[in-house]
Amino acid sequence: MSVISKDTIFLGYRRENGRVGVRNHVIILPLDDLSNAAAEAVAHNIKGALAIPHPYGRLQFGADLDLHFRTLIGTGCNPNVAAVVVIGIEDGWTKRVVDGIAATGKPVAGFGIEGHGDHDTILRASKTAREYVQWASEKQREACHISELWVSTKCGESDTTSGCGANPTVGNAFDKLHALGNYLCFGETSEITGGEKIVASRCKTPAVAEKFMFMFNRYQDMINRHKTSDLSDSQPTKGNIAGGLTTIEEKALGNIQKIGKKCTVDGVIDKAEMPTHPGLWFMDSSSAAAEMVTLCAASGYAVHFFPTGQGNVIGNPILPVIKICANPRTVRTMSEHIDVDSSGLLQRGITLDQAGDKLLECMLRTANGRLTAAEALGHREFVLTRLYESA
Amino acid sequence: MIHFVLHDADDTVAVVVVEGVKRGDKITGWIMDEDRMIDITSRADIPIGHKVALKDMAVGDTVMKYGIDMGKVVAPIAVGEHAHVHNIKTKRW
Repeated sequence: MSVISKDTIFLGYRRENGRVGVRNHVIILPLDDLSNAAAEAVAHNIKGALAIPHPYGRLQFGADLDLHFRTLIGTGCNPNVAAVVVIGIEDGWTKRVVDGIAATGKPVAGFGIEGHGDHDTILRASKTAREYVQWASEKQREACHISELWVSTKCGESDTTSGCGANPTVGNAFDKLHALGNYLCFGETSEITGGEKIVASRCKTPAVAEKFMFMFNRYQDMINRHKTSDLSDSQPTKGNIAGGLTTIEEKALGNIQKIGKKCTVDGVIDKAEMPTHPGLWFMDSSSAAAEMVTLCAASGYAVHFFPTGQGNVIGNPILPVIKICANPRTVRTMSEHIDVDSSGLLQRGITLDQAGDKLLECMLRTANGRLTAAEALGHREFVLTRLYESA
Repeated sequence: MIHFVLHDADDTVAVVVVEGVKRGDKITGWIMDEDRMIDITSRADIPIGHKVALKDMAVGDTVMKYGIDMGKVVAPIAVGEHAHVHNIKTKRW
């Protein structure tokens, strides 16, 4: 019997819109690069507030601008976030982010810098942030049903042990969560290359398969348009190759072990879009770790499974990232980064079912409040995906 | 001791899962899908995570892992040798 069943509960924060978070962050969210300094100053003033600086938000346009707004608004809407202070260089786009987040019903306020300067903006935003932090600090965790936990996955610095051990561990956990009606997500479009027919065959309906293949082919077209080689230094990465992965096909076949053996792919979303029903969703996305995890957070996921082979150290400001590793050397040399050791799988020391349960047990503890290795180490990588140059 | 693992009995390469495999070592592999063991002799020092060839392969052959095509052979490979970027390339891109 698995460690989870339909009666399993965890202790989460129920938000105004009914969604359940596992963290209680008050974030200071800059609209653009120019507002990072003020956002960081506010977070410095108000203990417990978390600034999320990033380098973009100016002169973007079209689909790239839409994605920028979708990612920032989604980040603010994430149920791991209790309240949001938005700071932008001007009021118009700042208000657009505030309005998007306000739809959840959570406290959110925006501050434009132009006409005020940094000092006055920092003063006003700090007053609001102080109110939000004190308000959020009184929020209590409550019993929530396991199916209310949204779980995403993406692997990184993979090696061959990822495909044999860490990724199938996630797959086993996903199979068990899928059966309970959880919202699940995977992506990494380029890293499906060589396994796309397998993913298409796992899609629940022909319409889902068609949308998946559209997203897959759109990404392939982008790679073919820009490539100057067979990408043999980028996909697989230098780290992948050092770890023994030879081709993109091999990497992809290992990658898709994360979707288990039973789950169907129930829907397809574009980057940072929010899924609309339970099940396993494919999100068209970059395979770069921080970009993909940032997009998962923006889509509303509350816990992330991150299998690694060679030892990726990534975290995220608002989304707890649980690291799973089956490479005994990495577990030994980088132990402070690994939450779940599934290396026993490769010596027949534990079964896949046991490895999956070990991960689910860690997931529940993380959901209940235990900090992940990445959180304890202060990893807060927040990386926005760009589609093309600014205007 | 399991030295290497493979998913499918028809795979032509397998993953070394222990440190310190040396040329000439007798090594034991686990076919995960069938829960069966096989033995071969290593013909190279192979780092953990890297692949050992399970069959002799010629240039142009398809390399099988997970029971699926994972690329093409670009330099001859003998059973027991190290199989990696020096003798296998992607068929994509």
